[in-house]
Amino acid sequence: MKNKLSRLTIPYVIWMALFVVAPIIMVVIYAFSSADGGFTLSNFAKMGTYAVVFTRSFKLALIATAICLLIGYPVSYIMSKEGPRFQRIAMVLIMLPMWMNFLLRTYSWMSILENNGLLNQLFQKIGLIALYNNVFGTDLQFFRMINTQGAVVLGMVYNYLPFMILPIYSVIVKLDNSLIEAARDLGANSVNVFRRVILPLSLPGVLSGITMVFVPSVSTFAISKMLGGGTELLLGDLIEQQFLGGAYNPQLGAAISLVMMIIVVVCMWVMNRFGEGEEQAVMM
Amino acid sequence: MKKTLALAMMMVTILTLTACGGSSGGSKDRVVNVCSWGEYIDESLIDQFEDETGIKVNYQTAESNEALYSLLKTGAGDYDVIVPSDYMIGRLIAEDMLAELNYDNIPNYAKIDSRYKNLSYDPDNKYTVPYTWGTLGIIYNTSMVDEEITSWDAMFDEKYAGQVLMIRNSRDALAAALLDLGYDINTTDEAQIREAYELLSTAKNNGVYQAFVMDEIFQKMEGGNAAIAMYYAGDYLTMLETNEDLAYVVPDEGSNWFVDAMCVLKNAQHKDEAEAWINFIAGTDANLANMDYIWYASPNAEALEQYPAYYEETYGEPLDQETFEIMAAPADVLDRCTLYENLPAGTLTLYNDLWTELGI
Repeated sequence: MKNKLSRLTIPYVIWMALFVVAPIIMVVIYAFSSADGGFTLSNFAKMGTYAVVFTRSFKLALIATAICLLIGYPVSYIMSKEGPRFQRIAMVLIMLPMWMNFLLRTYSWMSILENNGLLNQLFQKIGLIALYNNVFGTDLQFFRMINTQGAVVLGMVYNYLPFMILPIYSVIVKLDNSLIEAARDLGANSVNVFRRVILPLSLPGVLSGITMVFVPSVSTFAISKMLGGGTELLLGDLIEQQFLGGAYNPQLGAAISLVMMIIVVVCMWVMNRFGEGEEQAVMM
Repeated sequence: MKKTLALAMMMVTILTLTACGGSSGGSKDRVVNVCSWGEYIDESLIDQFEDETGIKVNYQTAESNEALYSLLKTGAGDYDVIVPSDYMIGRLIAEDMLAELNYDNIPNYAKIDSRYKNLSYDPDNKYTVPYTWGTLGIIYNTSMVDEEITSWDAMFDEKYAGQVLMIRNSRDALAAALLDLGYDINTTDEAQIREAYELLSTAKNNGVYQAFVMDEIFQKMEGGNAAIAMYYAGDYLTMLETNEDLAYVVPDEGSNWFVDAMCVLKNAQHKDEAEAWINFIAGTDANLANMDYIWYASPNAEALEQYPAYYEETYGEPLDQETFEIMAAPADVLDRCTLYENLPAGTLTLYNDLWTELGI
């Protein structure tokens, strides 16, 4: 029985081998080769120069992940407490933006945040800019929103928030209600029920949410290009430049990707270890 | 060790590529695989060619010369005809990636103005047939800038802090700085290139640049979100259709003019079909249709001469002379412009390193 079923995994194993394992092997091989195909470590020697870019990317991705968690957790929690009809509608609303193309969505934010964009025109109309100028004695024509790190974080939060909400929601909605009742029976107030029962039990959802937001955020290049104005490179931009920029250097690009992958894997591993510890503590 | 590594790399590459499914089509049907830029052809020409010749056209696009180069290098692109720009053609010829053309199969080559033949990237004109040409210049919004801009200084002037869009392309950005300093845009002198970089980097640190853009420029200039930018003449005319406050100038210090030309790859599977396509596109009718669609000037002397009349016939109003001269720069403007040449590997690396440094 078990053997028969395991045959069904063959297509996925082939898929993984071709599109996950093989590319990773290629990245590793390229990262350690020079332009003429020999072995070299020189691609990694340059990594120190890019430390600033690494720090900036991880910082922005962390901020975006934290904001997603702060917004996403309460939304998931409240959603799971409502009736099935509300849940269905809320789910559609959360998924709705994802039916549109990612680049198009981000591009729209550009026209919203521009100096002469929709938001600034609105602020102008309702006199917010004039008010600000009066209060602070400034002479602004518009609020500078586009081409800032804030805009990049906004783009990340907007695009990846559903990836935080969905896993948390699917864990919370399946929580065994009798555990909560038992906690209440034993005299826990709502704060304690949440802190000592619901939160620890929803941790797996939180962890996968964090992973699913953090990883694409740290490697994005489209968002920083469109909303960040391209004045400060992120890791994704840096890697893209090695493949599509003036000096074609896929070896260096592969090396940067590899270092980024390793850092991400280490972060995830540490986080999951921490998560496991928490879960066991709860069990005990 | 070296060999095993190279072999392993090749194996993995082939494995992945074949997995991606590169079907090259049956031998019976005549096919030509073309790779060009986005929004760079009147697409009805493709149908017309297919009807006339029975050759099926697989028309694909690449994002930039560098992206095209990367596709060719990895072997991911299975093209016959490509349309790179001058400096990239120089590089492809130097790396022996292009096939010599048989001009007997391309009679329309005779209609190409001699100004666009035997240029520096292909001095004996053995590999290329020009597709379009144009200039690089400054685009500015006359309702936001009080003076008339005539110099590259405007791209580095603190007076316009936060209002300038710099081009996100190391070659063009450094060319603007080199021109402003009075240097040659093809210089390989490291000191001059570093000086140009300093100019660019100082301006960036002083907050002159609102952003570094490529295609985003359309939305930003059309919407009045930035006052000054540098871009290509043909695209300026597209922006002008939406925002008539915009002006275009080829600065006094000179600028870059570019030629995009059709070439056939050395390993092309359909060389005859490729030459048939090139001949068709080089023809006067095709050039007129293309010019009207993409606003880039034609190298076909006949087509360029006939275009104002063609425009008047199509739209029922005369073509504005000023517009025409921006599209097809007159001789006195072209005389102060220079073509990009393929830079030696060391200089390319310097460009890339400086460009990355600018972003850090």
